[in-house]
Amino acid sequence: MASIVALEQVEVDYPGRGRALGPFSFSVAPAEIVALVGPSGSGKSTALRLLAGLEAPTRGSLERDLGRGETSVVFQAPTLAPWLSAQANVALPLELSGMPKAEALAQAGAALDRVGLSNAWAARPAQLSGGMAMRVSLARALATGPKLLLLDEPFAALDEITRRTLADDVLTLWSQSRPAIVFVTHSVEEAAYMAARVVVLTKGPGRVAGEIEIPGDLPRPKAFRATAGFRQAAEDISSCLAQGAEVVS
Amino acid sequence: MRQILNTLAPLLLLGFLLSIWEITCRALGVPAYFLPPPSAVALAVAQDAPSLITAAWNTLSVALLALLLASLCAQAVAIIIALSPLLERAVRPLASVLQVTPVVAIAPLVLIWAGIDHPERAVIALAVLVAFFPIFSGAVTGLHAADPDLERLFDLYQASRIQRVLRLQLPSAVPFLLEGHKVGAGLAIIGAVVAEFAAGSGGIRGLAWRILDAGNKLQTARMLAALVVLGVMGVVLHAILNRIEQFGLRWWRGR
Repeated sequence: MASIVALEQVEVDYPGRGRALGPFSFSVAPAEIVALVGPSGSGKSTALRLLAGLEAPTRGSLERDLGRGETSVVFQAPTLAPWLSAQANVALPLELSGMPKAEALAQAGAALDRVGLSNAWAARPAQLSGGMAMRVSLARALATGPKLLLLDEPFAALDEITRRTLADDVLTLWSQSRPAIVFVTHSVEEAAYMAARVVVLTKGPGRVAGEIEIPGDLPRPKAFRATAGFRQAAEDISSCLAQGAEVVS
Repeated sequence: MRQILNTLAPLLLLGFLLSIWEITCRALGVPAYFLPPPSAVALAVAQDAPSLITAAWNTLSVALLALLLASLCAQAVAIIIALSPLLERAVRPLASVLQVTPVVAIAPLVLIWAGIDHPERAVIALAVLVAFFPIFSGAVTGLHAADPDLERLFDLYQASRIQRVLRLQLPSAVPFLLEGHKVGAGLAIIGAVVAEFAAGSGGIRGLAWRILDAGNKLQTARMLAALVVLGVMGVVLHAILNRIEQFGLRWWRGR
């Protein structure tokens, strides 16, 4: 299947900090869900910024078959403008792309409905719980109808129950519009539950330590967490992570 | 109980200091032209109340007009230089030089440039100059204080430079602008008073003029009366701006 974004032997160097990533090759097919897992400092977030087109590689090639507004990012923090309501936050990228305000707000309202925040349109970010704020961030990312959704440890700051609920919500939302999703996570279980493919990075500068295909169609039933397939996948990822952590760069 | 004590403490200290002042003046027989007792100052405030109120309004209206003009100019310049990093690097040193130049030193020049027949223009210009920098500094700092992840989102959605300034940088600067305006308002009053002194008797008949006029006649109680009104005006304005800042921040944060 043709990829919508591909990194080929990419390296990223930062002045004064040395190499952050690479050589690293990675591609994402339409509607695919891929998890990037690796130790801290392995360059996962750098890889995500490359995929988003927010950074250019120092060496290697980056090919993106995506137009304006077809990539969305959800950061670790909800990253909402505190002076705007939830609805206005979700409408912001639509307005920036030139959509009339009334239409953007209507679409934003519908996006908030989809993430279960029908009663929080007017709420300001400070009035929302961590989980609700992350849902607003998800709604904003999905409002533009992206072909590629990038999630940078989006649930890291949330409690376990909220994390699991939001993971299910992301999969449900994915099944509605089927964007390709690349998400960075430290949680082996989250990667094994949400992704069809898990790419494990070595310690920094990150390279691919291994790729694990997770069995079963997406979105998975909640009971998947109790299956032998899930446990085996989690074990494979953990083992690959441990090997990757020992790789001397 | 603690709240009552907190409120009463400054009043009690003020009362104590005024009592010491009053007793010392009476006991030592200090001449009224040198240091009148607080009771004489209070009498002067009461007797001159109508003219003091007029003078206070003259000074306050100049300060408020200066604050408005300084606010518009400072924000406009800050936005323009926010659009161009090169322009910002060019403007910064010049702004620093103007900021550290004492207003008293440039007052005679501004009086000449404003026209000898229009000292009120010079007073307003000098007050604007003094109030400009805290607002400008706040605006420039605030325009660079946007959440880096929100900046990345604006990059991602390919926002134009104008969209970035109006939809991200300017709203992010609101807390800094509120602080800048609070400081700028206090300085606008100081600037107005200093400029009135520099303009002399031909200028605006504000509180500084009252102080000069009473000083020339050795009416020290009337000088102090004008100072008291100036102090009260400053305190009230500061309190009002504090409330506006608190209200603005509550609105900005959404709680």
